[in-house]
Amino acid sequence: MNYSASPVLALQLPLWRSRMLLVLIAAGFLVLAGRAVYLQGMRNDFLQQKGESRYSRVLEISATRGKITDRHGEALAISTPVKSVWAIPEEVQFSTQQRSKLAALLEMPPKEIDRRLNDSTSFVYLKRQIPPEIAERVSELHIPGLFQNGEYRRYYPGGEVMAQVLGFTGADDVGQDGIELAFQSTLAGKSGSRRVIKDRMGQIVEDTESIRAAQDGRDLTLALDAKLQNLAFSQLKLAVDANKAKAGAIVVLDAKTGEVLALANLPTYNPNNRSRLSGAQLRNRVITDTFEPGSTLKPFTVALAIDEGRVTPNTKIATAGGSMTIGHATIHDAHRFDDMTVAQVIQRSSNVGAAKIALSLPAEDMWDMFDKVGFGTAPRLHFPGAAGGRLRPYKSWRPIEQATMAYGHGISVSLLQLARAYTIFADDGELMPPSLLRVDAPVTGKQVIAPATARKLRDMLELAVQPGGTAPRARIVGYRVAGKTGTAHKEENGGYAKNKYVASFVGLAPASAPRLVIAVMIDEPSAGQYYGGAVAAPVFSAVMGGALRMLGVPPDAPLEPLTLPPDGSEIKEDV
Amino acid sequence: MNLILLALLTACALGLVTSQDKTRKLFAELEGEQESARKLDVEWGQLQLEQSTWAMHARVEKVARERLHMSVPDAKHTQVVMSAKGVQQ
Repeated sequence: MNYSASPVLALQLPLWRSRMLLVLIAAGFLVLAGRAVYLQGMRNDFLQQKGESRYSRVLEISATRGKITDRHGEALAISTPVKSVWAIPEEVQFSTQQRSKLAALLEMPPKEIDRRLNDSTSFVYLKRQIPPEIAERVSELHIPGLFQNGEYRRYYPGGEVMAQVLGFTGADDVGQDGIELAFQSTLAGKSGSRRVIKDRMGQIVEDTESIRAAQDGRDLTLALDAKLQNLAFSQLKLAVDANKAKAGAIVVLDAKTGEVLALANLPTYNPNNRSRLSGAQLRNRVITDTFEPGSTLKPFTVALAIDEGRVTPNTKIATAGGSMTIGHATIHDAHRFDDMTVAQVIQRSSNVGAAKIALSLPAEDMWDMFDKVGFGTAPRLHFPGAAGGRLRPYKSWRPIEQATMAYGHGISVSLLQLARAYTIFADDGELMPPSLLRVDAPVTGKQVIAPATARKLRDMLELAVQPGGTAPRARIVGYRVAGKTGTAHKEENGGYAKNKYVASFVGLAPASAPRLVIAVMIDEPSAGQYYGGAVAAPVFSAVMGGALRMLGVPPDAPLEPLTLPPDGSEIKEDV
Repeated sequence: MNLILLALLTACALGLVTSQDKTRKLFAELEGEQESARKLDVEWGQLQLEQSTWAMHARVEKVARERLHMSVPDAKHTQVVMSAKGVQQ
């Protein structure tokens, strides 16, 4: 067959048809080229981004909150990951069998699950903060519409024993009280993120960039000693229960460094289960509450008088009669003795004696003394709500006020301030800075009184716990103890409440080379006894004795059983 | 000449593919190890928590007193022994 003979070829078509075809094809190419330029050149970034989002993902890297440990590394607060189970109720579909399995795993009645799912249509938490193993088993049920997300939960193994010091964190792992709040920035970690490429199975195949590295929170080592803390707490609890008191507080300071070795409060709460909390339970009375200290303040006035050379421990003070009148007010002593020496004023806690010594001193010097030992200014503890107490400027003091301040009225301090102020007697006149965190470097204090004066005061404070003093119940077998009782009416509505007292005791031991300072405060003891020597001193004795034994401090007194005076026969201070 | 270049190019391309494959495998392994490190970390935290809970002094004291009938010796039953330096440990 001869193709050239095809009749079609012989047909003479008009030339424009082939031209037309050429132009159309060329135009088609042009459109394609234009589109290519548009996509590749002008919309490149957008498209690339869209493409990347199909396979690359930004992953959050969560950071853990730092631990809080005691001075020996024992964990007091730990964060551990938990899961929260939430649902989109519209999408949830499960069989009755699945429902009962889920209910059993979440430890809640099946009806409760139904109720929660009916609460909302878009989002509802079924249960928050469940252990990861249980969460795993929940996801094995493969219920559509049920999701989980990771969270952290903070656990406090110590529970109620140190609740007020540590504070707690909220559900979002942010500190809300105590150390947790004060050191939030240190403890909190910074979560990071990274960009990765995932394959179609959801497996990460490549790490493309690290946007931000995760930074775990730093661990915090407190000055607290868990063992000592437990001892202080349990003894305080015994005393508060026995005296039917409203509240109680105790603080143990290391005399050499000012570290807070134990700090306990009652009433307390369990930080692991914070339903039904009241303000009273949350209060850290040691740091944030102030009270009129009463006679525990006498040693400071006496120390000042001795330091200025106005009296010696053996100077006689005219206290005979047991009362003195300043203006319209009269100051009483509970017992009438003859004239006392300065040492006896401390030993028997004479208000008249302390007032007379105070009036022999310039008001400015007294204010200066109180200011130097830290009254009136909040200690630098970085603790939320640390109280400074009340110390009015000396220019506004009337003589009666100066006299009453000598025995701790008309001035208010926190228990921590009081304990810290006593470090001047324990440390040969040096005032130590208080610290809630462990201090590793040696600490230098601020010299407030001469070393010789401090030693003289220590001797006087030792007399106060001997028979014939106000606190024979503060003694400890094997150790020499120095300390001072305080009993004060509570302030109420601008006046003093008649039958409400605050009993306190501050002391140090061993007196030959003091290691610890302990301050105890019992609020409204109402089981008959209310004197510091009867209510607070036994707590001091039990805690100090146990603590010195735990720390392995060598005894500085013979190990002979003590004979206690019969109940209520000790010298009582007037309040 | 062109043939040699072609062979070289093919070899290079195959090399690239192999190394990429190896990278991904190693990366997957690294990822797995990091995951298990995280898991171990979590477990460690939980164990620490458990240890603290069991070793809580209040609990130890209770067990000592109630189950083992232990008590703190009083002064009559205490003998202090000083070491050569005079420090008791």
